[in-house]
Amino acid sequence: MTTLSMQLRDVAKTFGAVRAVDGLDLDVPEGACVGLLGPNGAGKSTTMKMLTAQAIPDRGTITVLGYELPGESKSARAQMGVVPQQDNLDTTLTVQQNLTVFTYLYRIPRAERQEAIERALALANLADRRDTRVDKLSGGMRRRLLIARALVHRPRLVLMDEPTVGLDPQVRQEIWALIDGLRAEGVSILMSTHYIEEAERLADRVTIMSHGKVVAEGPPPDLVREHAGAEAVEVYGPPARLAEVEADMRAAGLATRRTGTSVAVLRLNGSAPDGERRPANLEDVFVLLTGEEIA
Amino acid sequence: MTAIRARRLGRLERPALTGVLVREIINFSSYWRSIVFSSTVEPTIYLLAFGFGFGALVTQVDGLDYIEFVGTGTVATAVMFSSVFATMFGTFVKREFQHTYDAILAAPVDAEELVTAEVLWIAMRASVFGSVPLLVAMGFGLDPTWGMLTVPFIGFITGFGWAAFGVLIAAVLKSIDHFSYVTSIVITPAFLVAGTYFPLDELPRWAQVLGQFNPLYHCVQLVRGASFGWQGFWVDLYHVGALLLFGLLAWRAAIVRTEKRLIT
Repeated sequence: MTTLSMQLRDVAKTFGAVRAVDGLDLDVPEGACVGLLGPNGAGKSTTMKMLTAQAIPDRGTITVLGYELPGESKSARAQMGVVPQQDNLDTTLTVQQNLTVFTYLYRIPRAERQEAIERALALANLADRRDTRVDKLSGGMRRRLLIARALVHRPRLVLMDEPTVGLDPQVRQEIWALIDGLRAEGVSILMSTHYIEEAERLADRVTIMSHGKVVAEGPPPDLVREHAGAEAVEVYGPPARLAEVEADMRAAGLATRRTGTSVAVLRLNGSAPDGERRPANLEDVFVLLTGEEIA
Repeated sequence: MTAIRARRLGRLERPALTGVLVREIINFSSYWRSIVFSSTVEPTIYLLAFGFGFGALVTQVDGLDYIEFVGTGTVATAVMFSSVFATMFGTFVKREFQHTYDAILAAPVDAEELVTAEVLWIAMRASVFGSVPLLVAMGFGLDPTWGMLTVPFIGFITGFGWAAFGVLIAAVLKSIDHFSYVTSIVITPAFLVAGTYFPLDELPRWAQVLGQFNPLYHCVQLVRGASFGWQGFWVDLYHVGALLLFGLLAWRAAIVRTEKRLIT
């Protein structure tokens, strides 16, 4: 049996009439990177908040690094790093000062503080920016610092809430390289994202959430094979033609999803319409399972 | 599940308080100039304005020279202003706009430790900034006494209470715009009906009674006692006790309400 860094069982959280999380089961095996995927409002952020005990579940059990939450959350937090979605660096302080503050908050012994800061600076590739004030950094550098800040104490588990939201593609791949490096070191990672490509590239397993529940869970290639099949055919045409293709294919027992400009036909079983063939991907699964309408 | 089971972490731990304090101290290094400026210039203006304005009309108040009366009164107002406003605005901004508290609570720090450290820090600052007017007043002719060495301590316990009160207000109110209600209803009256610039004896009876519930009144009494002769053990103890009680109640209430605001 693999050991787990994190285990959630039947976790629920309601805000007024809104069931933000509704019976969630989630595992993060030790050393794995798990992607938590879902459209906006699926309950990803609430889940993240419950893992640091900033939200208290109405029911269910949460175990993080062997500690029961919320009662033992402080002990769990001491060994965990958190990269928030919202930048909350101290903007009038320098890069190094921001890291120094967190070496204290994470209780790094005095003798090891400087080394921890140097390691975090190197990891985030910010060593030559150590004396720059945060408000003078680019968006990508700030995000790297936000990640480095969560790693000063060498956590065994890192939570990342939408680590690349709002970043340029170039900056995004920089962050991906950083996360991949952590993975290689054996750090367990839970990463919430709504960028499918991010999950596909980085996550060993993904959990797809919708309306507070898990709708699918597993390694991305398995999910694609199981829910979308090996290949997809994209049919282009005017809207009326797309609607027609959609109706025909569904009648024939195939799954379809809109891409905006085309209809992608999935779960091909020998019969396939004319169109562009391509390998099925995680985005197909995501849209199939979480629905096409925008909430 | 594997857990390298460290000792289960408890409440009000020193490393957690230190962490939050270090954050404040490092931040202070980036803005201390403006604070030191205002904390020196403001009492100077008060002393000049009241000293020359009223001082020309009144020479003695309550058996004290007016400069002695106003100099010590300004200590109390400086303590209150540098504590209550710092935490009202500071904690609101850190929670709602800068999201600093989300970052701190993700580390092994609880809301209780967060509030306590913030209040301690501001109380320390208030103790220093509250003592500045005394130095300024010396420049205007206030005679130094040994008892004045206790003024930073009086400033600390008063500042602790008002800082906690400010945290409480920031945790209770939904919008920063509503702070002006608290300023008008609580802070301005507290600042005036405390024997800071005129003695309470001249006020109607009800205002005098109300004054006993004003922490700042007790602060003023202690500062005057420290500077010009204590009023007797039990009287002084009564004033210290009132300030400690205010501090204790405001501190616990600030923790409860902040926790409610930060943890859903």
